[in-house]
Amino acid sequence: MSLSSPIKKRRGIQALLVLALVALGAIIVGCGSSDDGGDGGSAKVQLVAYSTPQQAYEQALEPAFKDTETGKGVEFSNSFGGSGDQSRAVEAGQAASYVNFALETDVTRLVKSGQVAKTWKDNKYKGIVTNSVVSIVVRPGNPKNIKSFDDLAGDDVEVVTPNPFSSGGARWNIMAIYADAIEQGKSKKQALDAVKAILKNTPAQPESARVALQTFLGGAGDALISYENEAIAAQQAGEDVEYIIPDTTILIEQPAAVTVDAPQSSIDFLDFLWSDEGQKIWAENGYRPVNPALVDETQYPSPATKLYTIADFGGWDKVADEFFDEENGSIAKINEELGVEAE
Amino acid sequence: MAAGTPTVPSSNRPRASVRLPWAGQALNKGLVVMWLGLMVMLPLTAITTKAFENGLDGFWTAVSSPQAVAALKLTVIASLIVVAINAVMGTLLAWVLVRDKFPGKGIINSVIDLPFALPTIVASLTLLTVYGNKSPIGINIAFTQTAVVVALSFVTLPFVVRAVQPLLLTLDRDMESAAESLGAGRWRIFRQIILPNLAPGIATGVALAFARAIGEFGSLVLVSGNVPFKTEVSSVFIRGQIESDNLVGASAVSVVLLAVSLALLAVVTFIQRWAVRHER
Amino acid sequence: MNGSRLVRWTLRYIALAYLFALLLLPLGVIFDEAFKEGIGEVFSAITAPDAVAALKLTLLTVIIAVPLNTVFGVLTALVMVRSNLPGKRFLNALIDVPFAVSPIVVGLALVLVYGQNGWLGEAFMEAGIKIIFSTPGIVLAVIFVSMPFVAREVIPVLQEIGDDQEKAAETLGANGWTTFWRITLPAIRWGISYGIVLTTARALGEFGAVTVVSGRVSGETETLPLYVQKQFETFNSVGSYSASLLLAVIALVTLLALNLMRRKEN
Repeated sequence: MSLSSPIKKRRGIQALLVLALVALGAIIVGCGSSDDGGDGGSAKVQLVAYSTPQQAYEQALEPAFKDTETGKGVEFSNSFGGSGDQSRAVEAGQAASYVNFALETDVTRLVKSGQVAKTWKDNKYKGIVTNSVVSIVVRPGNPKNIKSFDDLAGDDVEVVTPNPFSSGGARWNIMAIYADAIEQGKSKKQALDAVKAILKNTPAQPESARVALQTFLGGAGDALISYENEAIAAQQAGEDVEYIIPDTTILIEQPAAVTVDAPQSSIDFLDFLWSDEGQKIWAENGYRPVNPALVDETQYPSPATKLYTIADFGGWDKVADEFFDEENGSIAKINEELGVEAE
Repeated sequence: MAAGTPTVPSSNRPRASVRLPWAGQALNKGLVVMWLGLMVMLPLTAITTKAFENGLDGFWTAVSSPQAVAALKLTVIASLIVVAINAVMGTLLAWVLVRDKFPGKGIINSVIDLPFALPTIVASLTLLTVYGNKSPIGINIAFTQTAVVVALSFVTLPFVVRAVQPLLLTLDRDMESAAESLGAGRWRIFRQIILPNLAPGIATGVALAFARAIGEFGSLVLVSGNVPFKTEVSSVFIRGQIESDNLVGASAVSVVLLAVSLALLAVVTFIQRWAVRHER
Repeated sequence: MNGSRLVRWTLRYIALAYLFALLLLPLGVIFDEAFKEGIGEVFSAITAPDAVAALKLTLLTVIIAVPLNTVFGVLTALVMVRSNLPGKRFLNALIDVPFAVSPIVVGLALVLVYGQNGWLGEAFMEAGIKIIFSTPGIVLAVIFVSMPFVAREVIPVLQEIGDDQEKAAETLGANGWTTFWRITLPAIRWGISYGIVLTTARALGEFGAVTVVSGRVSGETETLPLYVQKQFETFNSVGSYSASLLLAVIALVTLLALNLMRRKEN
């Protein structure tokens, strides 16, 4: 054992330590930059979408697209979650070249941040790539005999619906309840009371439509308010549920757009989704095609009384402010009232 | 496992002998300070700054909103229940593991640490299956406040046990034998002789368990329902605030949680120093 | 103290019942649910591309976090016990902070520092380096939550063994590095080993913080715990439980390693 060593050796080892650190830092940083090196050369579609169409994309639409001329060799990266959450993530820097959300305001947010072009709606279908309707999912046999939104306000009924401030689907649900009340001739205040009565009965308010479905399937609640396509997805996955389309409900219009610096592959993908082939695949997966000629009435019946659209209430910009503004919106106020009452 | 046993280096050595003439010592000190500063101080400061970004008023508004208060209430009450359960069951488990003998004890002893090694989402998933509507034993408590207590009990299982075990192991049995031969009853012996010696361990375990419980998130995700004002705990509330882009609100409530946990850890440090000083 | 048999048995069976209900049954269910459709399904679930990518990402974070935290943990322990740095109590508290922070709060803190509008994040973004919603963010989260273990295991050992031997070596003319390598390091090797195992276990299982900082891009920024959640959400029970099984097995191996180490040390 050598008991005397030059100072250089000591310093050298400590210098090595610092170098190792720097190297490590470089590795970490390198991992980060290479993740989204998907611009320019590689034809990669960075898909960021809301929660429910995950299987439709991964198992049907993307493989079908890759089989087409324009889709050959295109790679996909996918991210799914609550519509509001996903939209805010993209705004905060998550990489995306193609987005598909549950409602228009989640795309508008990205227009405001400059990530999506203002002209995204200037096409035949006004930016909407699929439709659905708000439906009520119930247990097999419908033991509580639920037929309408009014039934959901009953004393011994528990309803699952997602949190309206993170989930786009939840907002559609609320507007459907509201629309149904208005159709029955109720005043604005009475309609909001109808919403409140249902929100009072929620044992769970999950963060996204898909998690809400899972929670319902996990035994929570007697009914789930959700997109028709979610109910169909559950049935296709072998789950034992039924769903009803209330007499009055709202048309769910699901927008999609490409980002401003999206590669051609993303634009091609969106075109594919609007093509007849794409729309047919959507139909097979529980979504209503936006092309009316392709809608099969037996599979996708219309509600008995009236099908509202968000335009009937002034469009999402207006509705988002009036109902879902976090401080002053009617729903925020209802939540607070319910909270105070619950104490 | 000595995890989570904060101690401060004893300062009863003369300063000169503590130093080692490593020429690079300044570099070492610098590296450590830089590491802790960058990785711990910086994030902490960022949260605290953000929490008070809108001044004391803004902080108070965020922290006193009905939903935040409800979440905090549920979090604290559930955690208190859980640590009470842990204080009893943890001591009992430690007792059985140290004083009793039965086949498979060694395996059981190892498995106690499982909640620590298992990812919390896996815990949530399996607790949902065991205590949800597809329960193999017919118990369905999913989406209730009971589920919150069960999940928290799971993740805090090791804390009291591991804090009490070493104390039980090093317990002086002479006093017990003496008391017994003097005719004292079993329970009395336990209460007046054994328990006081275990108290520091129980207290430490309880404090650590509480700190863990109030911040717990993953195990509650699938099994509690997360309904505001009913089954939403503070961590879930904070996450909701983050996803609503309300970072000030999220930071404010985070600061409250942090303050409570850090206070608890300080308590643990005091307990341990007290115990060291009062050791015979 | 020889309790009566009844008392002993009562205590034993209460303890075992509690453990069964809370620990063993859930653990068993993981195995049961994973193998519900046979071992072939488990295998294909674990080898699915997204699962493999998730496992790789999880392992990557561990490979970066554990050595870093080990080196700095040992360094921290040495500085805390063997140096005269002022403000040690404060540093001591800092070491414990990751124990006290909720994983969600960890994620939030990282977003505030490294996010698009974050203190350091802005600079990183200008340089084209993305941290939040990308792998570095996940790595940082894992580093943070698994930071204290090595230091916490080594500090008591260093205190207990005292610096006599090291001082002796110093008197004999050994330089710092030699002293460390030949005297200090062997003395603390069990502490370091425990610390490494604990750090690894914690790093592998991190979920809450990663939930906040990850963009959940399947195959890219999805760790294995996130993958478990996603499979559950998309009706893939076997996939979810298979990944859980993998994680549970790793956890049990960790416990085994700890157990073996404890026995070897004694």
